[in-house]
Amino acid sequence: MKICVLVKEVPDAAVEKRIDSSTGRMDRSGEKNLNPYDTHAIEAAMQIREGGVVPVEEIVAVTMGPDSAVRALHKAVSLGADRSVHLSDQVVAGSDVAATGYALAKTLQRESPDLVLLGQQSDDGECYTIGAVVAEYLGMPSLTQVIKMDIDSDSLRCERQAEYGYDTVQIKMPAVISVGDAINEPRYPSLKAIMGAKKKPLDTVTAADVSIDASKVGGENSGAQWVAAKAPPAKAAGEIIEDEDTGETVEKIVAWLDERKLI
Amino acid sequence: MANILVYALHYDGAINKNSLGAVSEGAKLAAELGGEAHAILLGENVPEDLAASLGKYGAKKVLVAEGPEGLAQPLVDAMARAIADGGYSYALFGGGLLGFEIGAGLAARLGAGVAMEVTAVRAEGGELIAERPILGDSAISEIKYRSNVGIIISRLNAFEIKETGGGDAPVERLDFELSQHALQATMVTRGEQRGADVDIEGASILIAGGRGLGKAEGFQLCEELAGAFGGNSAVAATRAVVDAGWYPYAAQIGQTGKTVAPKLYLAAGISGAIQHKVGMQGSENIVAINKDANAPIFEFSDLGVVGDLNKILPKLTEAVKAKKAS
Ligand SMILES: Cc1cc2nc3c(=O)[nH]c(=O)nc-3n(C[C@H](O)[C@H](O)[C@H](O)COP(=O)(O)OP(=O)(O)OC[C@H]3O[C@@H](n4cnc5c(N)ncnc54)[C@H](O)[C@@H]3O)c2cc1C
Repeated sequence: MKICVLVKEVPDAAVEKRIDSSTGRMDRSGEKNLNPYDTHAIEAAMQIREGGVVPVEEIVAVTMGPDSAVRALHKAVSLGADRSVHLSDQVVAGSDVAATGYALAKTLQRESPDLVLLGQQSDDGECYTIGAVVAEYLGMPSLTQVIKMDIDSDSLRCERQAEYGYDTVQIKMPAVISVGDAINEPRYPSLKAIMGAKKKPLDTVTAADVSIDASKVGGENSGAQWVAAKAPPAKAAGEIIEDEDTGETVEKIVAWLDERKLI
Repeated sequence: MANILVYALHYDGAINKNSLGAVSEGAKLAAELGGEAHAILLGENVPEDLAASLGKYGAKKVLVAEGPEGLAQPLVDAMARAIADGGYSYALFGGGLLGFEIGAGLAARLGAGVAMEVTAVRAEGGELIAERPILGDSAISEIKYRSNVGIIISRLNAFEIKETGGGDAPVERLDFELSQHALQATMVTRGEQRGADVDIEGASILIAGGRGLGKAEGFQLCEELAGAFGGNSAVAATRAVVDAGWYPYAAQIGQTGKTVAPKLYLAAGISGAIQHKVGMQGSENIVAINKDANAPIFEFSDLGVVGDLNKILPKLTEAVKAKKAS
């Protein structure tokens, strides 16, 4: 089978997130890295391959984004993907969730995957539904936030937590699954894998290459339209204690609690 | 007509509280737009009276569709059918998980705009504007819709439940067809409770632990501190540690767990992710202990302690005991 893993570059967590006031979109400049949640999806693909229940011919990392997104693909390859595909085109810039999902689905269609995996959320946009969008465009069943996945010949037995507890769902492949971060502990790439990542095949495609209808993507064609940004209601900043002498710290905490009659 | 279709999640004979909030909000907004709010339920033999009861929260009509419960794609099919039949300008979802998946799938099916994690909606000039916090809640963006139908998925507990005084709503069967891909997923077991059935909802003091506790045994530190407070105190947890099997699901706070508002919420080794925050931000006093000075939880705590919980919690337990004894 062939597994495609959707990955994304996000601003490094250490970098402050900003909003570009002229467009209302996230300012995505600055240091970038592979979305940490995506490493769990790559690891899940690797474990299916190593589990040997179903032979995995290929693991392909797929992304959409500017030139710099190539770094996220290199990282994905160093973690185990065999090759990668980069949808890079001005026309898709500024797409909302639905338009992004459409563009990714068109890119995936060319690969005809048996399984599409992705991380539980993106570290920057606080979005955790792109899997459901992609699945709908591909006409595949899907489930998000999966923390356990057992594969047999043509289906997956998935577990995830939903509103009322844990659900177990049986899903026929091809399918789109977003995995939660509890599903596995991603491995660290070897130095050799990091060095070799740039030599693995990377296919850069345009919107036209994957038959994306340009009238359905980009900021101008997105159904959700940003109109304004404002500051949230001001909230009094909390007190902060830096723990240097723990005895003293604890005294301060107790005094604080006592003042509010909480003890 | 500017009607709003509201998804109502139900389980075990009851409607989800966030769905009741969404129906109440939908009814208010629809009135402002000059339309009606209709609710939709999907399940196997949904009780007629359960559906009709949504009239009390302002639904003018309730659509009931027959299909497999607990999965998103059957609802995408049902709601797309209802919307194609006409009259709806917006689809509204309360906070949770299923609503996010359905709303996102519906956006794809209809080519519609979608806003998620919405905390407020207002009607203006005959259309709805959704407010969505971004960048770790440091800014709020306002979103309008260009598409024929706008999809609004709210954050947990965003909308108040309001009984508007109406009686039962008329219930209508919705005929629709399940798409091919919706038939490829089947629920094996739903709502399994993992771990002990602890009761935390009535506690006035909650000591909550997260991944920073390091291992399951780390929860002892929280239990000892809760014990020191005595009386009406209990221990709570994040999804990260519940998924890891360190603590029971019944003690989980957040988007797919419980919502609480105790007098004191003391969080140890919890980063303060939005999905956790939404379940506890109503607490009267929030104290956080975290070794990372940049942890998001410090943005919404009343007292933040930057330090190692392994050093602080044992001493704090002793100090609280001493204070109680004095
Ligand atoms: C759809 C969806 C639904 C979700 N629902 C929920 C939900 O219901 N409830 C929920 O809680 N989460 C939920 N989540 C997950 C949420 O996004 C976070 O991943 C989770 O809350 C993180 O848990 P945590 O704070 O325990 O772990 P982490 O985010 O890993 O934080 C651990 C913290 O511990 C600190 N730490 C480490 N060691 C120490 C030490 N020795 N002393 C002091 N501090 C230390 C670290 O600095 C860090 O800040 C959901 C996510 C999604 C996508």
